[in-house]
Amino acid sequence: MGMNARNVTKRFGSFVALDDVTVEIPSGSLTALLGPSGGGKSTLLRVMAGLEPPDTGVVELDGTDATTLPPQRRNVGFVFQHYAAFKHMTVYRNVAFGLEIRKRPKDEIRRRVTELLELVHLEAFADRMPAQLSGGQRQRMALARALAVEPRLLLLDEPFGALDAQVRKELRNWLRRLHDQMHVTTVFVTHDQEEAMDVADRIVVMASGRVEQIGTPDELYDRPANAFVMSFLGPVTHLDGLLVRPHDLEVLDAPADGATAARVVRVARLGFEVRVDLDVAGARASAGPSTAEPDAYVQVTRDTATRLALEPGVTVHVRPTRGALTMPEPTETEEIATPVAS
Amino acid sequence: MAEARSVGLPPTQSRWAFRLIALVYLAFLLIIPVGLIFWRTFENGIGPVWDALTSPDSVHAFQVTLIVAGTAVVLNTAFGLIASLLIVRHEFRGKSIFNKLIDLPLAVSPVVVGLALILVYGRNTSIGTWLGAHGINVIFALPGMIIATCFVSLPLVVRELVPVLEEVGDEQEQAAATLGASPFQIFRRITLPAIRWGLAYGVVLTLARSLGEFGAVAVVSGRIVGQTQTATLLVEQSFENFDTGKAYSVAFALAAVAILALLLMTFLRPRSDR
Amino acid sequence: MTTTLIEPEDPPAATPVPINAPKRRWRPSTGIELGLATLYLSFVVIIPLAAVIWRGLGLGWSGFWAAINTPEARYALVLTVVASGIVAIVNAVMGTLIAWVIVRDDFPGKRVLDTLIDLPFALPTIVAGLVLLALYGPDSPIHVTLAYTQPGVVVALLFVTLPFVVRTVQPVLLELDQDMEQAAASLGASRTTIFRRVILPNLVPGILAGTALSFARALSEYGSTVLISGNLPMKTQVASVNIYNQIQNDNPGGAAAVSTLLLVVALIVLVLLTLIQRWAVRRG
Repeated sequence: MGMNARNVTKRFGSFVALDDVTVEIPSGSLTALLGPSGGGKSTLLRVMAGLEPPDTGVVELDGTDATTLPPQRRNVGFVFQHYAAFKHMTVYRNVAFGLEIRKRPKDEIRRRVTELLELVHLEAFADRMPAQLSGGQRQRMALARALAVEPRLLLLDEPFGALDAQVRKELRNWLRRLHDQMHVTTVFVTHDQEEAMDVADRIVVMASGRVEQIGTPDELYDRPANAFVMSFLGPVTHLDGLLVRPHDLEVLDAPADGATAARVVRVARLGFEVRVDLDVAGARASAGPSTAEPDAYVQVTRDTATRLALEPGVTVHVRPTRGALTMPEPTETEEIATPVAS
Repeated sequence: MAEARSVGLPPTQSRWAFRLIALVYLAFLLIIPVGLIFWRTFENGIGPVWDALTSPDSVHAFQVTLIVAGTAVVLNTAFGLIASLLIVRHEFRGKSIFNKLIDLPLAVSPVVVGLALILVYGRNTSIGTWLGAHGINVIFALPGMIIATCFVSLPLVVRELVPVLEEVGDEQEQAAATLGASPFQIFRRITLPAIRWGLAYGVVLTLARSLGEFGAVAVVSGRIVGQTQTATLLVEQSFENFDTGKAYSVAFALAAVAILALLLMTFLRPRSDR
Repeated sequence: MTTTLIEPEDPPAATPVPINAPKRRWRPSTGIELGLATLYLSFVVIIPLAAVIWRGLGLGWSGFWAAINTPEARYALVLTVVASGIVAIVNAVMGTLIAWVIVRDDFPGKRVLDTLIDLPFALPTIVAGLVLLALYGPDSPIHVTLAYTQPGVVVALLFVTLPFVVRTVQPVLLELDQDMEQAAASLGASRTTIFRRVILPNLVPGILAGTALSFARALSEYGSTVLISGNLPMKTQVASVNIYNQIQNDNPGGAAAVSTLLLVVALIVLVLLTLIQRWAVRRG
């Protein structure tokens, strides 16, 4: 099922959560709503589910106006960050809930629930209570529960946010494979750009209640619409009033055309990459180790670091590689996002 | 909660002093008086007590008490469920006034309640005469006593359910809605099970309070023996008539029920605080 | 019992929403529930209380003043307020002490004691009166007689208000982060100082709330004072008993006037309580 949200605005008191947002979700796609906390992504998701009525705007499901339709009638599955497990019911009853509401015959329910529990690898836990499950298991149960009623649209609100890193990665892959298998239109909310890039076909970047850009992961990374998207989707550093990716900077040991002098402040070896912190502003002062705060950094390979003998205090010359993506640095009034540390 | 031997724990001397003060205070205010009542009640054996409790006016009094208290519990539980859901899950104009009004009965003297009901439903008021013409007597009859008892125990279920509902949160209910459950189905299958211990606690508290109501029914009932005399009114009447044996016996019965309620509440509280 | 696979679970928090955001209304209220609840509230609480105030104020300002200024009424009101004030202060101290002993101390029978504290909540007030009369009445086994005396009234009020401060202070003490006390100790504070400057400030909202509640309760108490006070006008008659007598003497106007005054005082106390709670929330 395809979904359209058009000109949706939502206020909570004086706080504007969504400001004239228009988003199109093609049928069968796997879309991520990505952005910093408080940016409106969860609100938009809840408007799509019918859990939040928009102040203005239209929500269409498969072309039909669903703006005032209650969640019960939208056939939209919803998965919450903190699982919203029915604490007083077993795993089996949790998953069976939607089918019981629809008064399906008992054996049909049993068949479907067993099928789903096998899908999420929770067959052995059917008679356990949610409190006896780990976070990851509870979330898988929540997914099975949402899928049980064959929703036409699956919405997940920061589904892996409450889980630790290892489980998060596993479930991420698992969601991707599930989508490839079942082709249910899926939208999930996340503030982790790595997660969005890894899982989604399309990403909608949102901040402060507005859509910044919509596109595939590659489009957003290589052709960001503005400085915010560029800095949110990947690492950035700045040089000569420009934003540039730290691995798109060329490091030379002699002055060159278009290169800026900088003094190395710190060299950190991170796996096979090396991060070199630079002090650009103070490079014109005396030579020797710099005590200033680094104001830019470069990412180079170990070979490069060794070849150039990069050590604190060394002066180098830096410029963007030919054809690298650059963007004018925003003025102070514009927002710049701090990328989420992965 | 485990007793942490914290640094704030006073040295042994003051700890013993506090303990002693607290125990002596509680002994002379609470424990000894209550114990004494039990002792006095059974001074002459169980026989007289049993006789007192099974005498016709006692039996009537217990019946009246049960009818009045039982009805009040049912009404206030229904009200309590509706009101607490409204307060916790909805926004509406005048909500804070609504909230405060519910708490009001806690601060009102029971005789004022009785007076209030007489002024509204009494024989010489417009509402009173209208109802009287339709055969419904409120004052000096059970309906008035029921309203009075509803008044004094009104807040108890609400105040118990509001924190529980807030604690439970409404995500489970939202999930149920996305799965297709109607509001009533959500209430029956999700909300009610989640709050059942808090609800039980509130109901027991309401029952105890309703059984023990005295001042308001003293004003409103007319104390018609065999018809509108509750157990509490019987205790007072027996005492005034120097029938201390009966007074103690009925008082003992009421106290026993109160202690039972207390034990139930102690059993239920940790579950409701889950 | 159920065992949890250890993965520290966050409490089921709602999606973070800015503080000034009102609660979600995803479920439309049909209005019927609110209507029913308000109807019930009106017929049980609002209309009756309004009638009392109406009747009381209907005497006119001079009539009202005269009604509450009769010797008996005035005496009863003063006695009630003073006795309730004494009771509130005693409860503030003893209630805190008892809560402290229950939370921080340990001895056999402590849990039984903890349960018994709630007994005045559950016990019918007339039974409470009888109970106190057993120990402090004419047949007192310890030969202390408080019947027909003002101290007797105070004791009765202390009995019925016993649980209030204890139960408002107890949860605060239980929740109190003992890290604070340990930090203070590591900085060199003595135990008294720790209590005075670290613990007590955190207890104050709870103590005040419980004190306000016990004051309001004592003001309106009827059943437990009726027996032990002997209801002597101008001596041991409290306000609620005065009101009762006026009703019996077919003087609803006078009764309404005194009731209105009591209601106003109780209302002020409730408002204060709300302010205290709001202040406590702001302190975190």
